[in-house]
Amino acid sequence: MTDSEPDVLSGLRVRPYMVTGGRTRSVVELPLETIVRVTPEGQKAAGTLNLEPRQIVELCHQPMSIAEVSAHLRLHLQVAKVLVGDLVHSGHVATHSATADATDRPDLQLLERVLDGLQSL
Amino acid sequence: MNNPIPVKIVVAGGFAVGKTTFVSAISDIEPLTTEAAMTKVSEGIDDFGDAKTKKSTTVAMDFGRVGLSDELVLYLFGTPGQDRFHFMWDELVRGAIGACVLIDTGRIDQCFPAIDYMENAGVPFIVAINAFDGMLRHHPEDVREALDLPRHIPVVVTDARHRAAVRDTLVALVRHAMTMAHAT
Ligand SMILES: Nc1nc2c(ncn2[C@@H]2O[C@H](COP(=O)(O)OP(=O)(O)O)[C@@H](O)[C@H]2O)c(=O)[nH]1
Ligand SMILES: [Mg+2]
Repeated sequence: MTDSEPDVLSGLRVRPYMVTGGRTRSVVELPLETIVRVTPEGQKAAGTLNLEPRQIVELCHQPMSIAEVSAHLRLHLQVAKVLVGDLVHSGHVATHSATADATDRPDLQLLERVLDGLQSL
Repeated sequence: MNNPIPVKIVVAGGFAVGKTTFVSAISDIEPLTTEAAMTKVSEGIDDFGDAKTKKSTTVAMDFGRVGLSDELVLYLFGTPGQDRFHFMWDELVRGAIGACVLIDTGRIDQCFPAIDYMENAGVPFIVAINAFDGMLRHHPEDVREALDLPRHIPVVVTDARHRAAVRDTLVALVRHAMTMAHAT
């Protein structure tokens, strides 16, 4: 955004606001644990995409969270969100999260399943 | 894994209290790191000095992943306790099952910001004493008193290096979250 930022953001592979064309907010609000997975359209189109979107599409053959996308590609979390948001919009990836409304806490039924899962570890 | 539903738990606490150790003890993967930035206009006295200069703060979070079943994946986010990182906590606690606030009884005051935050945000949380080297310097009930915690908040003893202890701590949190969900 301003030229005072690269210092603070050093160590990251790309400057966030360059990759996302100055936008810092995604159209859809995606929580960082949102699972991203490539769609059949995304698989077909991968070769035509720009570097970062292509890497995301390739990475998400294995469904993974936006946080993981961000870590693996060394993208700032906000940048990963914007890029994933764009890919959702273009139909190249699909996302899902635990609750329809991200502000909700998991309900009892889901907590029950988490408990069962933990106890069987 | 097909389309696992993601759930998350926040692991909060002061510097070097064992958050990353706790996450890696149970994670299926080596903990990963993601960075988030906040750009803000500093107001008056701030970490960076000058008023009205645009500065950005970066916070790095370690996280791990625990597959609970084919349909369920648990993410554990370890996050530093300083007040200036609260912008990240808002996002982390949104939709979270709850938080484990890790404490080292030698430096109990380090967890105050995390506890205040979780209480104010209405996030289900438990306090987990990381018994460094199996040494429990203070009894959990003494810790509860020192922290002025209400009776319904569990205080447990854990060992951040051991998978089973970490699992039991997470179980205690999920049970507490279930009690809270029943209550509302
Ligand atoms: N002896 C001992 N060392 C621990 C324990 N928990 C964490 N540590 C060590 O304390 C240091 C800080 O732990 P870390 O997990 O990085 O803390 P964080 O800053 O909260 O993420 C590391 O060197 C750990 O190996 C413990 O229970 N016993
Ligand atoms: Mg750490």
